[in-house]
Amino acid sequence: MSKKILTTPIKDEDLKDIQIGDIIYLTGTIVTCRDVAHRRLIEEKIPLPVDLNGNAIFHAGPIVRDHGNEDYEIISIGPTTSMRMEKFEKEFIEQTGVKLIVGKGGMGKNTEAGCKNHKALHLVFPAGNAVYAATKVERIKEVHWKDLGMPESLWVCEVKEFGPLIVSIDSEGNNIFERNKVEFNKRKEEQYEFISKQVRFIK
Amino acid sequence: MNITIDKTQQREKMTSLMSKFVSLVSYKLPDDVENKLRELSEEESNPLAKIIYDTMFENQSLASELKRPSCQDTGVLQFFVKCGQNFPLIGQLDSILKDSVYKSTLETPLRHNTVATFDEYNTGENIGDGSPSIFWEIEEDSDKVEIYTYMAGGGCTLPGVATVLMPGEGYEGVVKFVLDRMTSYGINACPPLLIGVGVGTSVETAAMNSKKALMRPVGSHNENENAAKMERLLEDGVNAIGLGPQGLKGSKSVMGVNVVNTARHPSTIGVAVNTGCWSHRRGKITFDSKLDYVINTHKGVTL
Repeated sequence: MSKKILTTPIKDEDLKDIQIGDIIYLTGTIVTCRDVAHRRLIEEKIPLPVDLNGNAIFHAGPIVRDHGNEDYEIISIGPTTSMRMEKFEKEFIEQTGVKLIVGKGGMGKNTEAGCKNHKALHLVFPAGNAVYAATKVERIKEVHWKDLGMPESLWVCEVKEFGPLIVSIDSEGNNIFERNKVEFNKRKEEQYEFISKQVRFIK
Repeated sequence: MNITIDKTQQREKMTSLMSKFVSLVSYKLPDDVENKLRELSEEESNPLAKIIYDTMFENQSLASELKRPSCQDTGVLQFFVKCGQNFPLIGQLDSILKDSVYKSTLETPLRHNTVATFDEYNTGENIGDGSPSIFWEIEEDSDKVEIYTYMAGGGCTLPGVATVLMPGEGYEGVVKFVLDRMTSYGINACPPLLIGVGVGTSVETAAMNSKKALMRPVGSHNENENAAKMERLLEDGVNAIGLGPQGLKGSKSVMGVNVVNTARHPSTIGVAVNTGCWSHRRGKITFDSKLDYVINTHKGVTL
């Protein structure tokens, strides 16, 4: 199987044959964007200082070394829990035209709808692998909203073959985590029945 | 006079050693965790899960080589201190640990993870009011100090849960509380997890026990026969759910389940669950009264 690489700016048709469980890589621009940045755009109605149309966001808060004169070095970068952004993500996709949302763990119904209606993907970068990810970042182009501190600033990164990115929600709104959860919950009930009979220590 | 100078020098020496130790914990996993991850990856048959394990091992080797934090979330530093009553720096220890976090933040570097509450600004120093978290135990007739150092991340172990069950719900209720957490929050908490379960009399005792459970080595067992039985049953049960690495399915779900328990009031069963992620950055260092140290969790490493 050949390596599937997406390059920004990404168009709707680039995403149409990509399905949940596929692995892709990204070359181009990805902007870190997490809790407070989402809240600012959607609830505080403060416009984002970066154009995300056709680009990618990363639910991530990196470790960055500041060398002065706007020269920054990425030390470690990796995804944070995407589910915290679930309440904002549908409107975020609508308002920004962002095409790829990279994070960790699953997202819910809102994001599914956003991905389906506006043709976008949610992707998982295997979390905790922050040095590996940093080696795929070629440079930090810009930074915005530094008042939010190191983890929450918008770091605009240029990446090359950034991945593996595992498709968790595709542009039809299919969701791999929700599908898996049905099976996980069924097995959990079986395990509960089995274990609970053996821990009746209070008699 | 000499005693004062000596104390100042000792204080500086310990701050410097602890700063290096915090740094070590950020880029190198403890031996028990490394070995368990290796074992889990060898048993794994799911192709996607295997790719994720390969990424993990490559990351750990890069982190160790470049001495960079292996995960960008270097967490809130939590120290579990068991200090001998005669350890010479007992009174200075809180400030030594706080200074060492600040020093390590500059030198490693670590992420700035301290936000002042209500005023809502990042201190930019990775320390603040009550941060790092330091939990104390005093040991009688000892002049040593044991320090567990834990990088508690925002997407795994900081969002723990605790509740107080009614005795009528029994330990069956404890099992349900743990299992429900696995298929909801646990999926996103970076499996394969180390699960800390605390049983006690209230939310705070259970919560503390669940955190202490995460300090215990992977593969260790509770001394109480029933508690050890529940550890085994839960480990096998959660593994049978098959969360796999990153919750994307696999042969197993956890590195282990550790239970720590204390007594309860007749009316209550306090229970708490803490989910340690695969990147379980914990280290234990012991200093004697001359500040000679032993690192118990990372074999063959010197600072």
